[in-house]
Amino acid sequence: MAAKDELGRRGERIAERALTGRGYEILDRNWRCPEGEIDLVARDGEALVFIEVKTRSSTRYGHPFEAITPGKLSRLRRLAAAWLAARGPVPGARRLRIDAIGVLAPRGAPASIEHLEGIF
Amino acid sequence: MHVARTHAIALLGLDGTVVDIEADISNNLPGFVLIGLPDLALGQARERVRAAAANAGCPITHRKLTINLSPAALPKHGTAFDLGIAMAALAADRVVPADSVDRVIHLGELALDGRLRPTPGILPSVLAAARSGYRTVLVPAGNAAEAGLVDGIEIVGVTSVRDAAIWHGAALDPIEVEPLLLPPVALESARDEGDLADVAGNRDAVEALQVAAAGGHHLFLLGPPGAGKTMLASRLPGILPDLQVEAALEVSSLRSLSGLAVGERLLTRPPIEAPHHTASPAAIVGGGSGVLRPGAAARAAHGVLFLDEAPEFSPHALDALRQPLESGVITISRAAGSARFPGRFQLVLAANPCPCGNAGSRDQECLCTPFAQRRYLGRLSGPLLDRVDIRLRVERITAAQLRAAGDGGRVSSATARGRVERARALARARLRATPWLVNADVPGTWLRSPAGVPERGATAVLDRALERGGITMRGYDRVLRMAWTLADLDDAPRPDAGHVGRALLLRRAAA
Repeated sequence: MAAKDELGRRGERIAERALTGRGYEILDRNWRCPEGEIDLVARDGEALVFIEVKTRSSTRYGHPFEAITPGKLSRLRRLAAAWLAARGPVPGARRLRIDAIGVLAPRGAPASIEHLEGIF
Repeated sequence: MHVARTHAIALLGLDGTVVDIEADISNNLPGFVLIGLPDLALGQARERVRAAAANAGCPITHRKLTINLSPAALPKHGTAFDLGIAMAALAADRVVPADSVDRVIHLGELALDGRLRPTPGILPSVLAAARSGYRTVLVPAGNAAEAGLVDGIEIVGVTSVRDAAIWHGAALDPIEVEPLLLPPVALESARDEGDLADVAGNRDAVEALQVAAAGGHHLFLLGPPGAGKTMLASRLPGILPDLQVEAALEVSSLRSLSGLAVGERLLTRPPIEAPHHTASPAAIVGGGSGVLRPGAAARAAHGVLFLDEAPEFSPHALDALRQPLESGVITISRAAGSARFPGRFQLVLAANPCPCGNAGSRDQECLCTPFAQRRYLGRLSGPLLDRVDIRLRVERITAAQLRAAGDGGRVSSATARGRVERARALARARLRATPWLVNADVPGTWLRSPAGVPERGATAVLDRALERGGITMRGYDRVLRMAWTLADLDDAPRPDAGHVGRALLLRRAAA
């Protein structure tokens, strides 16, 4: 596995831990379809949340959030629809939300995470 | 609430309006939105501010940043808003204290490395800030001297975004950087206008030049090539009195607006502008589609506008001068708005009498047809020439005249300026209760009022010329105005017959 993919997996694990710690119920991780991949799907109370996790080891080439372009955001929306079509409705979830989590994980140092709710 | 506000100045011509720069940071993906009618250069502030702040070590937020320039309907142009945008963004992010930023006007363009570049239009902007009651202005270090010309307002010159943030109280360590400066220029000595004493012979022309300077009369020099028209015209600013503070600020403001260096002292000498005869109307009076820039006539305000080879100018360019000559103000109206520039200049026109240049001269024969001659000077429109009081025929100097003139009797610029200043002081004292400053401004009604009539019987020669149809009523007034200037130069209380006679000669010397 390439170093960047390993960093990505590590970031996703960190994000998942943070979310469960805050009472999110993880429904799916790394869900794939022909159009792409959703990093995390979770339920936060009444909201069904689709989460894009971006991980960087430094901000030398920009903040993690800067990697989420409008194009990626609209793909994420299509993926959310595809996930719902494949899995059917989730009981108890009345709203949809798209979140972004930025993980800054420097080599050999504790990671820091930032969570943006409801990006659109 | 992640909101902060600071202020900058939007310039339209020389008039500045305070603009509020509001910054809002919302919890969303990184983005930078700039609203409030920015032009292209201002819209690109997004990229400059982001890069400059990051490279100065105080990056702006990684959330969504919205900058609003208010009043939103006022068109804004240029790059002087960069510093304000950066400070508002940093204040909204709690990097710098918002209350400190709110009290201050920020001006200056950012370089990508975070330093501040010298920016055009700082002086008029600082003037507008002072008039709007602001106490402090942050300007690029390269413009600090220029901004310091304005009294009653604290000027803080900063070298970089980081420097500005630290001034506001940000918890950052200072980093020494080389300030960006304008190339130094020697302002006064750069203009080699020569001395009036260089003019050999041509006693009449030298005298007429002093009359023009003393009374603020516009001047038309007509003569063959080589008669010294350009030499005479270039010596007119040298014999004009020093500029008053108000006028000097306007002259320096126009330099600043044109992107020229202003220097540490106010320019006290009147400017001279000599546009080439291919100049367009917009080059003469000012214009531009997005940004309204001053033209040669505005840059000549409080000084001399010299149009050499006047008939060669396009009639449109010449007639564009009629409005400023009438009102002393240049108003440029475009879709983006209308700008006002000062337009009280002294006009000097120079022309050859015909296309070959020799009509009426004693030593060489004119080769032009009468029709060509007529058409040549006919290009100067009547309404324009109507405003020109002194019309002087200048002749080439013969060798005999040159020997006869010798070195005696020459007048130096310093002496002439002294005479001009005394004459102007007399005129000012006489016109104290009126809105006019120099004799050339005075209307006909004043000239016929008890305060303005010459000595009894002094106008006999003029009255005869009027009866014979030699001059018009308008010309009559013009002669009287010049007679007053001649009287002022002679320190006489009122014009006598001699002054009126000489004034008539100055008027009728050509065409």
